[in-house]
Amino acid sequence: MKVKKYSTASTILTIAFALVCVLWILPIVEVIINSLKTNDAINTSVFALPNSNTFVGLSNYVKGLSFGNYPFLKSAFYSVFISVVSTVLILLCCSMAAWYIARVDSAFARFFYYLCLFSMIVPFQMVMFTLTSTADNLKLNTPWTIPVIYLGFGAGLAIFMFVGFVKGMPLAIEEAAAIDGCGPVRTFFNVVIPMLKPTMISVGILELMWVWNDYLLPYLVLDITKYRTIPIHVQYLKGSYGTVDLGATMAVIMMAILPIIIVYLFCQKYIIKGVAAGAVKG
Amino acid sequence: MRKKKPDGSAVNSQLIRRPIQRWFPLFILPVFICFCIGFVWPFLQGIYLSFCTFNIPKDATWVGLQNYAKVFQDPSFSHAFWNTAAFAVVSIILINVFAFFVAYALTQKMRGSNLFRTVFFMPNLIGGVVLGYIWSMIFDGILRRYGTYLTANATYGFWGLVILVAWQQIGYMMIIYIAGLQAVPSDMLEAAKIDGATGSQTLFKVIIPNVMPSITICTFLTLTNSFKLFDQNLALTGGLPQVVDKAAKMKVNMTELLALNIYSTYNINKNWHGVAQAKAVIFFILVAVLALSQQYATRKKEVQQ
Repeated sequence: MKVKKYSTASTILTIAFALVCVLWILPIVEVIINSLKTNDAINTSVFALPNSNTFVGLSNYVKGLSFGNYPFLKSAFYSVFISVVSTVLILLCCSMAAWYIARVDSAFARFFYYLCLFSMIVPFQMVMFTLTSTADNLKLNTPWTIPVIYLGFGAGLAIFMFVGFVKGMPLAIEEAAAIDGCGPVRTFFNVVIPMLKPTMISVGILELMWVWNDYLLPYLVLDITKYRTIPIHVQYLKGSYGTVDLGATMAVIMMAILPIIIVYLFCQKYIIKGVAAGAVKG
Repeated sequence: MRKKKPDGSAVNSQLIRRPIQRWFPLFILPVFICFCIGFVWPFLQGIYLSFCTFNIPKDATWVGLQNYAKVFQDPSFSHAFWNTAAFAVVSIILINVFAFFVAYALTQKMRGSNLFRTVFFMPNLIGGVVLGYIWSMIFDGILRRYGTYLTANATYGFWGLVILVAWQQIGYMMIIYIAGLQAVPSDMLEAAKIDGATGSQTLFKVIIPNVMPSITICTFLTLTNSFKLFDQNLALTGGLPQVVDKAAKMKVNMTELLALNIYSTYNINKNWHGVAQAKAVIFFILVAVLALSQQYATRKKEVQQ
């Protein structure tokens, strides 16, 4: 046994990291534990494990579904709808625009591209009040139309990332398609999009994470008595502090983060790559 | 690093350029219209309204620089600014030091490094509002043992936010550092080993100079993230506790950062809408300067290499 793969120092490091990792997921474990306890037990000892007196099974989850004067599943539906439609819209429209910008390269295309770069350094607070009133005036203040706002405000980063990729794509393939009599629309959908796939995945994950977790934009734009997304729903639970049902709240939080964690565990490779690709955003 | 590529060939290709241009209304017009609705128009209107008093944008009346004068007399704004600056300094140091060493350890030969990476990155996926709620429960749980609570004291709120944001962002910066560390040329490391460099010599003389670009990126990312932080701030303390500034007869939220201060100024009443918009313009200029200096710093590094 002369060839040892790991040294003793590495074993110690592994153990140390394992401990830190346990500490790292503790906040989430804490939510799981408390979602299974009675309210009194949460109030008196947050960190205790549930025992036979304080364990309530899944009853907090049942309560959580209708807790906060708003059904959880309704807010989950709006969150899913808005995130998916916005992301698909951003991917489709921005990749088209990016192809146009990269290949046509007219004065207008350049102007639009520089505007996109500029929009990346503008924080949301700069436009939030005026964007809200614009959305109200144009009747874009429902979950069915809010993707248009997301497309408008999120276009900058997506176009920037797509243009960067399209410029590196060999022109010869598109030329070959054109010579064979393929029009621009067919070229785009049958030739360009397959080549754009890796960038599509990165941008898609980035936009999906942004829209899914976004609180302020939907809060300001939507009529929140009627439409709430999950972040708005959670913030409203906290708003009614004092009378709050902590057990049910923990159950709601668990239901809000569990799907994300499951999706993450299955496609973490893409997610880490996609989120890290957004590091360019200033 | 990003590099500009020559795109002259695209311009010359009549085979491709002309046909696409004919499809202008399909390819670019819809995005451009949405971009105008979602960004260009609100941005321009925002700048205009910062010189006005208004309840809704339609009834705006021009008041010149009055709003900006009010911003600089507002103690809550300067408090939020210094709060943000202090928060940025603390979180830059904390996040980058931790993220670098975690990344360094994980790129060594080690069992389970993929699992550790997965765990460290996970908090990034959870939204700021939900994170704020989870941590306020934990902090309140700890502080209850000492007979106090999170929003009782601005110091608790400040450090609470630091811990929350560190927990969230260390994993993200770690990913960038891992990419940087994996790009350090292995022949350089071998040469250092043959020359008998110690572990710390290799780290400080070989590895760190090579990952400087990643360090620049992460430093600026933590800086701009700290300046733009909103959801976590709102959900954790909401700016509380509130004290009254006696000199200016105004309420100041002690744990408020800039972005939240703009939001809460708007919500005072309609006389403050213009002031909030003026704050937003100043905030935009601040963030833009930070972003541009990042570009400048990374460009400079590229030239040096």
